[in-house]
Amino acid sequence: MLLIRCPYCEEERPELEFRNGGQAHIARSTDIVQESAEAFERFFFIRDNPKGVIFERWRHIHGCGRFFNAVRDTITDKFHHTYKAGEPQPDLNELIAANEDRRMDEGRGDMPADQGPGSWANVPPDQINVAEPAADASKGDA
Amino acid sequence: MAEPASFRVSGKGRLGSKGANFTFDGASYQGVEGDTLASALLANGVHLVGRSFKYHRPRGILSAGAEEPNALVNIERDPSRKVPNVRATVQEIYPGLKAVSQNRWPSLAYDVGEVNNIASPMFSAGFYYKTFMWPKKAWEKFYEPKIRAAAGLGVAPDLPDPDHYSQRFAHCDVLVLGGGAAGIAAATAAAESGARVILCDEQADLGGALRFEAGAMVENKPAWDWAQEAIAKLAANDRVRVLPRTTAFGYYAQNFVALAERVTDHLASPNPGLPRERLWQVRAGRVVIATGAIERHMVFADNDRPGIMLASAARTYLNHYGVSVGRKVGVFTANDSAYQAAIDLKKAGTEIAAIVDIRPASEGDAVQQARALGIEVLSGHAVVKTGGRLRVSSMAVRSVNVGAERVIPVDALLMSAGWTPSVHLFSQSRGRVAFDEASQRFLPGTYAQACVSVGASNGTDRLEATLEEAYAAGEKAAKETTGGTKSAARPAGVSGEAFAGGMLGTTPGAENGTTVAAFVDFQNDVTAKDIRLAVREGMHSIEHVKRFTTNGMATDQGKTSNMHGLAIAAEVLGKDIPSVGLTTFRAPYTPVTFGTIVGHAKGELFDPTRRTPIHPWAEAQGAAFEDVGQWKRAWYFPRAGEDMHRAVDRECKTVRETAGLFDASTLGKIEVVGPDAAKFMEILYTNPWEKLEVGRCRYGIMLREDGFIYDDGVVGRLASDRFHVTTTTGGAPRVMNHMEDYLQTEFPDLKVWLTSITEQWAVIAVQGPNSRKIIEPLVEGIDISDAAMPHMSVREGRICGVPTRLFRMSFTGERGFEVNVPADYGQAVWEALWAEGQKYGACAYGTESMHVLRAEKGYIIVGQETDGTVSPYDAGLDWAIGKKKRDFVGIRGLKRSDLVADGRKQLVGLRTKNPRTVLEEGAQIVANPREPVPMTMLGHVTSSYWSENCGHSIALALLQNGRKRMGQTLWVPMPDGAIEVEVTGTVFFDPEGGRLNG
Repeated sequence: MLLIRCPYCEEERPELEFRNGGQAHIARSTDIVQESAEAFERFFFIRDNPKGVIFERWRHIHGCGRFFNAVRDTITDKFHHTYKAGEPQPDLNELIAANEDRRMDEGRGDMPADQGPGSWANVPPDQINVAEPAADASKGDA
Repeated sequence: MAEPASFRVSGKGRLGSKGANFTFDGASYQGVEGDTLASALLANGVHLVGRSFKYHRPRGILSAGAEEPNALVNIERDPSRKVPNVRATVQEIYPGLKAVSQNRWPSLAYDVGEVNNIASPMFSAGFYYKTFMWPKKAWEKFYEPKIRAAAGLGVAPDLPDPDHYSQRFAHCDVLVLGGGAAGIAAATAAAESGARVILCDEQADLGGALRFEAGAMVENKPAWDWAQEAIAKLAANDRVRVLPRTTAFGYYAQNFVALAERVTDHLASPNPGLPRERLWQVRAGRVVIATGAIERHMVFADNDRPGIMLASAARTYLNHYGVSVGRKVGVFTANDSAYQAAIDLKKAGTEIAAIVDIRPASEGDAVQQARALGIEVLSGHAVVKTGGRLRVSSMAVRSVNVGAERVIPVDALLMSAGWTPSVHLFSQSRGRVAFDEASQRFLPGTYAQACVSVGASNGTDRLEATLEEAYAAGEKAAKETTGGTKSAARPAGVSGEAFAGGMLGTTPGAENGTTVAAFVDFQNDVTAKDIRLAVREGMHSIEHVKRFTTNGMATDQGKTSNMHGLAIAAEVLGKDIPSVGLTTFRAPYTPVTFGTIVGHAKGELFDPTRRTPIHPWAEAQGAAFEDVGQWKRAWYFPRAGEDMHRAVDRECKTVRETAGLFDASTLGKIEVVGPDAAKFMEILYTNPWEKLEVGRCRYGIMLREDGFIYDDGVVGRLASDRFHVTTTTGGAPRVMNHMEDYLQTEFPDLKVWLTSITEQWAVIAVQGPNSRKIIEPLVEGIDISDAAMPHMSVREGRICGVPTRLFRMSFTGERGFEVNVPADYGQAVWEALWAEGQKYGACAYGTESMHVLRAEKGYIIVGQETDGTVSPYDAGLDWAIGKKKRDFVGIRGLKRSDLVADGRKQLVGLRTKNPRTVLEEGAQIVANPREPVPMTMLGHVTSSYWSENCGHSIALALLQNGRKRMGQTLWVPMPDGAIEVEVTGTVFFDPEGGRLNG
C-alpha cells in the first residue's frame, strides 16, 4: 500500500484514502464544440501508458475530497512529487535534480513527507543518509 | 511402522520431557512438546511421509524449515478444520494432533499412483502441452476432468472455515525480518539505540541457524544461549515487539511489509477468542533483512528416497530436537558444512558410513576433525545412485572420474551442495540481485528501498562478521529514523562456523546425456533431464524453462531448486549463470491462508449492507427484498398465497386504479448550491437550467464527454441558487465524483458547493389517481392543487409536522408525489401515509412493480436500457438536449461521426404476437430466424415484463434503425424456437399522458 502526500492536507496518507483519476494535464477545451475530430480523439481517447514517469491525477476521496496531481514512476511506484490541481506541470529534470539535493533532517517529527522512505528508491544502503550522496546515487534504473 | 521412540538421543536437544501423543495415518506416536511433526516422526524412525506430485515416488523429510518441498501432510483438527499441504517441518505437534499423508491411494506404502513412476519416461517436461492436444474435443470431456482428479496434492477442506483471522496495522522505526543471529543482533542494536523495533521469525524458537550450529560461541558462551538471553531482553523492552511463528511473506512499496503470524495452530485446545492467524501490515522506517540462507541438496540419481536429507536438517534434528535421523548415516557433500553434521552425529553415537566429498582434496579443519573421529572421508568421490524403496538402504559411490562402484549400506544420507542466500524479500522490495562470481551466488545488489541485508542473506559467512554487520545496520537504522546518537555495545568472545563454497548443478553420474532421475525440484518432480530437454526444445530463457518444466513453480517456489535449475540450463546453453538470468521472486514467500488475507471481511462484513429508514416496516409486512448495489430494496409485498407474479400484477393494477406507496429512499440525491449553481448544472446536464423557474422540476440527462448517457434523474429548483438533484440508486457516488471532478478541475472558478444528501432524506413515492387525496390531510403550508402545484413541481413545507421537500412527479405515468422527509422521520411519515392510503385501498409496491409501471410508460432505466454506448438520440431523448446550449459535458461527443451515423441501435417497444409470451431480457433480435448461425443480430431486448394493466406482455429493445422499423415483424430466436414480435413505440399505456396531470 502506497503512501501518498496530499498537497492540500500537507501530509502522507495511506493509499486506501485515495482514488486514481487517470492522466493529468489534459485540459478540456473552452470551446469544445468546435474541436476537430482529431483534437477530440486526443483529448478523450488517447492516453499515455509510459514505463517510467507519469503525470497523473489522484483524488483524496476519503479525506479532503480534493483532486490533485502527482508525478509517479510506474516502475518503482515512487512518487516524485504531488501538487495542487491547477498548478503548472513541473519540469521533470528540475524535479529529479531537486530530489538529489535533498537531505534527510535529523529529527523524525519534521521529516518532510517527500523525504520519507519512498524517496530513497534506488539509493544503495551505504549511501542512505549520507549527507552528500554520490553523484550517480539517485539515477537508479528508472 | 510404529517403533518405539528410539531415535531420541539422550542428552541432546533442547526440548523438555513433556510428552505429546499424536497420530500419523492412524498410527499413534509419541513426541515431545516443542517437536515439529517432522522431528517427532523422525524420533519414531518414520521417514516416509508423502508421495510425490507427479510420479508418486515415496518421499521423506528433506529439511527442517520453511523450504520443505516433500513432507506435506494434511492436519485434521476436526471435520471443519482440515488443512492440506502443511509442511511437517513447520507444524508443531500438540497432544492429539492428527496428521494424514497425501497423494496416495490406498496407503502410503502401497500407492497405485506409483505406476506413474514406472511410466515416467512418458511424463517428460512439457508432457501435458504435447499429449493432450488431440482429439481437440477430448480435452474438455475427458482429459481435463481426469487430470484434475489426479492432480493436486492435498484435499481442500469441504466445510466453511470456523476460525476467525485478525489483521493489524503496525508502525515501527526498524523492522527486522528473521530472528537468527543477525536479526537478533540488529534488533538489539536498534533497540539500544532508541528505536521502536519489530522482530519477526517464522520459527517457534528464535535463533535461526544457531539451532544447529553447536560450536558457535558469543560472549564466550554457546551462541544459542546468548541468543535466548538477547531475545528475553528484547521481549522485555516495551519498545520492541518480538513475533515468533511469524513469516514476512510480502515486501511492498515504501517499506510496507506483510507478516503472517500463526497464533493457534500449535495449540491443543486454542482459546476460541484467539484468531487462528494474524496479518500484520507493517510500515517501517527502515527494514533489516536477516533472512539467512537455505542449504541446497545434491543433484544425483535417486536423490529423493526417504532418508535422504539436507545435512543442516539432520544437524538441527540432532542438536535442537535431540533426534538422530538414522543409525548408519552416509554424507554426500560439496562443502564443509555437512562435515559438521557428521561430526555432531558421530559424537552423539551415530555411525557415519562415509563422507563422500565431491571436491578433489579437502583438508579444512572440519575434514581433519572428521578423520580424527575415525570417519571415512572419500574425497573426489560421488554418490551415483541409491538403493531402497520406502527408505534409502544404500549409496553407490565411485570416484568422480571413473572406477568401480562401491555400495555402502546406509539408512540415511545427508547432503549439502552449499548455501543459497535468501534474497527473496530483498528481491520483492524491487532491489536487484547481482551474481557474485567468486562465491557463485546471487547477492543483494542495487537497493530500491530503505532497507539493508545482513548476515547469510547478504553473503556474509562468518558469525563474527555477521554480528558486526548486523549491529552496525541496526544502530544505523535506529539513528536514521529516530535521530538518536546512542550506540549499542558489541558482544565479545565470538567464534563460529562458516559455510562458504559448494556447487551448482548435477554431480557425476547425472551429467548431461544421462537418463537417471536426479531431482532438482522435489515438489514438482522436475529432474535435471527435464531441464536439459526444455533447453533442447528451444526454451532458452530461464522464465521459459521454468514454465515448461514447472521447476520452482510449486508452493515452495523453488527454495532449494532454483539455483540448480539455473546452473543446469546454463550448462546446456553454454552460457554463464548471470546471462541466463534469475526468475522473479514474488510474494508470498511461503503459502499464506486465504483466511489471513481476508481477515474479517467475510460473510456479513464482506460488504456494508445499506437499509432505508422504511426497511423495518417493509420487513414486518413480509416484503421480499432484492440487492441493488449495497442496498436492500423491497422487491414486492406478497399477500397470503401470492407468488411474485401475482403480487406484482396486483400491485401494478392497484397503483393505476387507486394508489400505491413506494420507498424511493435509495435514490441518489445531491444538493447543488451557490451563486453559479445554474451555470454548473448547464455544464453537467444536457438540459437548459438557467430558465427553470424556482419551484419547478426537470428530467435531466448527464452524459460523459463521449456523448453516451451516464446518469439521469429529476432535478428540482428550490431557489435560484439551490438545486435538489436526484440520481440513479447505483450511480450516486460516481455522479458525485464526476461533478466534483468538473467543479474542481475544469470549472474551479464557479461558486458552487456540492453535498451528498442521499442518506439525509427518506423518499416516499405516492403514486396513482388517489395520491393527492392521500397526502392532502398530512401536508401543511403547501397548496397541492393541480393548479397551484402541477406535474413537475417542487415545494417546501411540512408533512406530519416535519419538514418536507414535496415533489409532484411520476415514474409511473400516474399523478404522483415524492415526499422527501428527514431520514429519521421516514418510517413515521410512511406509516401516516399508509394509514391514509388504507382509506383508498392503496398498496405498498416494490421495485419489481416499479419496473413494470415505468416500462408500461417507456421510461428508461440507466444501466438497463443503456449500457454506456447509448446516446440520448438512441434512447429517444433528443427533447432533453438544450439545442441552444453552447457547452455541456458530451456536446462534442454527440457530434462524433459514429453517433450521428445511420444504423445505430435505437430504443423501441416490442409486442409479442402471442400476447402471453414474455421475452427474455438480453435475447437477440433477428429478421430471419431461418438464417444459418451466426445470424445477423439486429439488437436485443433490454426490458421485458408481463403487464397486467395492458393485458399483454411488453418489452423494450435496442434495435438497429429501430425507429424506421415501426410495425415490422421480427424474431427473437430462443432454444425452443423463434418468437415472433412486432416493433412498436415505447409507450404501452396511456400514450397521451393524460393521467400524469390527474
